[in-house]
Amino acid sequence: MSANNEPTTKTASAGQNIFALIALVLTLVLLSQIAGQTRWTGGAKLFAEPRFWPAVGLISMTVFLALHVWQLERRIPASMDWKEARSWLRPLEFVAWFMAYVWLVPVIGYLLATFLFVPLLCWRSGYRSRGAMAASALFAVLTVVIFKTLLQVKIPGAMIYEALPEPLRSFFIVNL
Amino acid sequence: MEVLADSIALLSRWDVVLALLVGSVGGVIIGAIPGVGPAVAIAILLPATFSMEPIVGLTVLLGIYGSSMYGGSIPAILINTPGTAVNALTTYEGFPMTQRGEGRRALSLAYSASFFGGVFSVICLILLAPVLAGIAPMFGSREIFLAALLGLILVIVVHRGQMLIAAVLVGFGIFINTIGLEPVKYSKRYTFDQSWLAGGIDLIVVVLGLFALSQAFILLSGPDEKHTINKSKGSLLQGFRELLKHPRIAAISGSFGVLMGMIPGVGEFTAQFMSYSTAQRLSKNRDQFGKGSPEGLIASETANNAVPGAAMIPLLALGIPGEALTAMMLSVFYVHNVVPGPRLFQSQMDFVVALYLALLILNVLVLIFLLFSTNWLVRLTRIPNRFLGACVLTLSFVGVYSLRNSATDCAIAAVFGMLGYVLKRLNLPIVPIILGMVLGGIMEVKLRSSMNRVRDPLDFIDRPISFILFVIIVGVLLAQVPRLLRHRKSQ
Repeated sequence: MSANNEPTTKTASAGQNIFALIALVLTLVLLSQIAGQTRWTGGAKLFAEPRFWPAVGLISMTVFLALHVWQLERRIPASMDWKEARSWLRPLEFVAWFMAYVWLVPVIGYLLATFLFVPLLCWRSGYRSRGAMAASALFAVLTVVIFKTLLQVKIPGAMIYEALPEPLRSFFIVNL
Repeated sequence: MEVLADSIALLSRWDVVLALLVGSVGGVIIGAIPGVGPAVAIAILLPATFSMEPIVGLTVLLGIYGSSMYGGSIPAILINTPGTAVNALTTYEGFPMTQRGEGRRALSLAYSASFFGGVFSVICLILLAPVLAGIAPMFGSREIFLAALLGLILVIVVHRGQMLIAAVLVGFGIFINTIGLEPVKYSKRYTFDQSWLAGGIDLIVVVLGLFALSQAFILLSGPDEKHTINKSKGSLLQGFRELLKHPRIAAISGSFGVLMGMIPGVGEFTAQFMSYSTAQRLSKNRDQFGKGSPEGLIASETANNAVPGAAMIPLLALGIPGEALTAMMLSVFYVHNVVPGPRLFQSQMDFVVALYLALLILNVLVLIFLLFSTNWLVRLTRIPNRFLGACVLTLSFVGVYSLRNSATDCAIAAVFGMLGYVLKRLNLPIVPIILGMVLGGIMEVKLRSSMNRVRDPLDFIDRPISFILFVIIVGVLLAQVPRLLRHRKSQ
């Protein structure tokens, strides 16, 4: 690194145009809705109008996005850009895993859901040895003990806990 | 003296001591694992700290913030992979030293330089505290508005080569902060008649999505990396002796760290770069930079560790976070109805001094921990990426779901996780979104309250601090003109 260079960051070029164009279209759609989605009272100063700050955000986005698109090396997407854009969908599988976990916790409980989720996700990720399974199960139990039992974070008791006998049910709802 | 005694009493509580230990040790461990970093850890732990008292919660978070960079130097030096983003320059000097068989010397230098930077910034803060207590009450609504505006402008201009997109992302942050009920007239903004949007989009949900979930997605969808660690000899204490041979570089780098940390929107990267390039200019062995120069390593590590303490200044004195990590800490204050800002320095000076002292103790604790645990911490770099991704995804759930037990929050966080994933793949910055959200909200409230007393536009800058801030803003903007002209010419 040279002392005379400024600390610039290199932006990845593939997919840049698709990202900027999608962002520009979405911003314009949001901007077109400003009259219906915000109020203009008329009696207040400009800065106190409810519409003022959403307009600041959206107009600045539109202007700077337009300038960004204008100075891009390639404005028309090439095959490398589409390839990059397809890779943006890769995490959708993990979003589905995450949302399934979110859905399971209030049904089967934080401990059981986590105990299933972590080893299964590790299995899916290719770690299938006994050691990896044991490590993932240990991590799941430790997470529940640290956050729910010790730090008492707000995670509600599960539906299946209702079937437990009274003293056990309270313990499970509070700690697991 | 009374304030100091009160602060020490506050710090000697068992829960604060425990928070200090957990924060400092936890921060080092998190820093030593490439791919996690303090932002992810703080985002995940944030809701858990809401049930703690402000001093306890902030000590944990500050501990992670302040100590993660120590840990981050380990993989940066040994395997050429920065543990946290701000250890990137450390790889330039640390890894070549490891290749020469001087890994322990490099680690020792990084620890001693980090320790010096951390302690230097706390001493500066303690010395500056009376000055700040005097200046802070001079900040009214218009001064805070201008300081927040300056922060937003600076966060854009420090992203050299990406200024336009940084400005877009700041605008996006400002926009998403306005979704929901508007704070004064309670009219709906961009809710599309959806009840789940009426409460707005929570900052923590966005932070967890952009930092933690996106990182989990990156780790889960990428390959595992295999690292080989070269063996090296030497004592971990030798760096302190070596640091004493470069007092000028250490002092200059520490000063850059403090100065850049205090300015909202600037932070570690600029501090590190400026101290590194200054050290290079001042060095007699300029040609060694990039090939394993101890001076370069000292400059980089001193500067980045001097920032966390200094970054607390705008947060505590003005209620303005300078970067993403302090923006997250701001929510701890709000949850407990403690309003950071000028009044905090007047009414709760013991709290402020206790935080400074906590930072000081933290640096000592971290150093002791590192001297005994480095060999063990090195093994953390071997945790496979996708396994780490599964762990981060599991922990992200706690962060989002424990806020309001809302599946909708989790879905929103997942959407921001996808956005963060795309931004990271395109190497675009995330911090401008967070600062746009936080500073945009502050600007909306402060501009509205300040305009009640302003009849003429010039009234806005008729007070000394507001005038100085205005001049700085104009200066920063004008300074960009020659840079833009140079850029156009080069194209």
